[in-house]
Amino acid sequence: MAQGYRSRLFRDDGVVLRVQRLGESDRIITLLTRRTGRIRAVARGVRRTSSKFGARLEPFGHVELQIAEGRAGLHTVAQAEAVELYAGRITQDYPSYTAASAVAETAERLTPVESEPALRLFQLTLGALRALAVREHAPPLVLDAYFLRAMTTAGWAPALTECAVCATPGPHRAFSVPSGGSVCPACQPPGAARPAPATLGLMAALTSGDWKRADASDVGIRREASGLVAAHLQWHLERALRSLPLVDRTMKE
Amino acid sequence: MYEGAIQDLIDELGQLPGIGPKSAQRLAFHILSADPADVHRLAGALNRVKELVRFCNLCFNVAESDTCRICRDPRRGTEVICVVEEPKDVVAIEKTGEFRGRYHVLGGAINPLEGIGPDQLRVRELLTRLRDGEVKELILATDPNTEGEATATYLALLIKPMGLSVTRLASGLPVGGDLEYADEITLGRAFEGRRAL
Ligand SMILES: [Zn+2]
Ligand SMILES: [Zn+2]
Repeated sequence: MAQGYRSRLFRDDGVVLRVQRLGESDRIITLLTRRTGRIRAVARGVRRTSSKFGARLEPFGHVELQIAEGRAGLHTVAQAEAVELYAGRITQDYPSYTAASAVAETAERLTPVESEPALRLFQLTLGALRALAVREHAPPLVLDAYFLRAMTTAGWAPALTECAVCATPGPHRAFSVPSGGSVCPACQPPGAARPAPATLGLMAALTSGDWKRADASDVGIRREASGLVAAHLQWHLERALRSLPLVDRTMKE
Repeated sequence: MYEGAIQDLIDELGQLPGIGPKSAQRLAFHILSADPADVHRLAGALNRVKELVRFCNLCFNVAESDTCRICRDPRRGTEVICVVEEPKDVVAIEKTGEFRGRYHVLGGAINPLEGIGPDQLRVRELLTRLRDGEVKELILATDPNTEGEATATYLALLIKPMGLSVTRLASGLPVGGDLEYADEITLGRAFEGRRAL
């Protein structure tokens, strides 16, 4: 360790996306922050039961942080205060936990460059975790709404009304992931899906936040929408999401 | 980058959990400069652990025969099973002296971010053990952190319909810690104060 190296301290608030064990009792915390984008920081001694951090650096929490800037992109958590911790409520419900895990993994994957601000994605991520904690809507719907909106911020949301290729106003019956969403009869490639019209309607409702319509949708339509949303997301990500096959989409009546 | 054997060792050490490239390099050079007798003992211990240590057929704790010492002990009750994540948690609970039943070691906790779901853990084997109706209580002693709590939630949902009592260690354990770091008194109290799920 170089002598006399004084690291700069900065403050920000963020959500904990992932925690990984480091050595005997430390953890590397991956956070999506409001102003600094995605960062990684070491929390020392956090796994000891006497840790001053306690539950504050568990996944899915919204925390106010003081960070000591480190070299090579690995910072150190100097202080952490809870704004709102969601893990306790999220882990009481298994579908919420698996959905929250997929939200966290997606947020990490959509911020490939560290320390690059991603304010809209931060807000969406925080909103999705809060919604999963309070269980206002079915967890799979919250997850699909998050996927659709996160894809919108990334610039590759599926076309739902107009044709993805020629922009002819729809609604159109065919949907093609490689083409970018719903497609008109002229642009439709072979093998395009033909989802129920209500499925594209549900996807539009989830994108715009029309929860009244989304909550009223039936289970079959939700399943079909989930399939299309997941296929669209995976198409644009280089590697598959590890958490996606483990998402529990059991619908409670 | 180094050449040959020393780089091979750095690469191998770097595969271990919690060991980054710098630590791997530091360990490798420590081994290189260590007394040959010490290094032989380390190599021997590494070889023996894979040759001799197996997992108990019943509870998946570490064992040196088909079943572990605890499962073979006739004084241990068969009506209560305590579910833990890792063999080191068995050691931590044994130290409290509070538990006289048997264990089931899951081999981790459900963590979708790492691709670990119920099928990657010894959940099916647990259900098999519960099928004959001899077990009356299942104590969920997964870590008091996010993954451990979620695993307990999942198991409770799965097992409660089988009609046995499912309990969770008392919440006196600080959240965010590892079970192995809880002191014996706190962990002992958590056992006494376990609550039904
Ligand atoms: Zn078209
Ligand atoms: Zn055993």
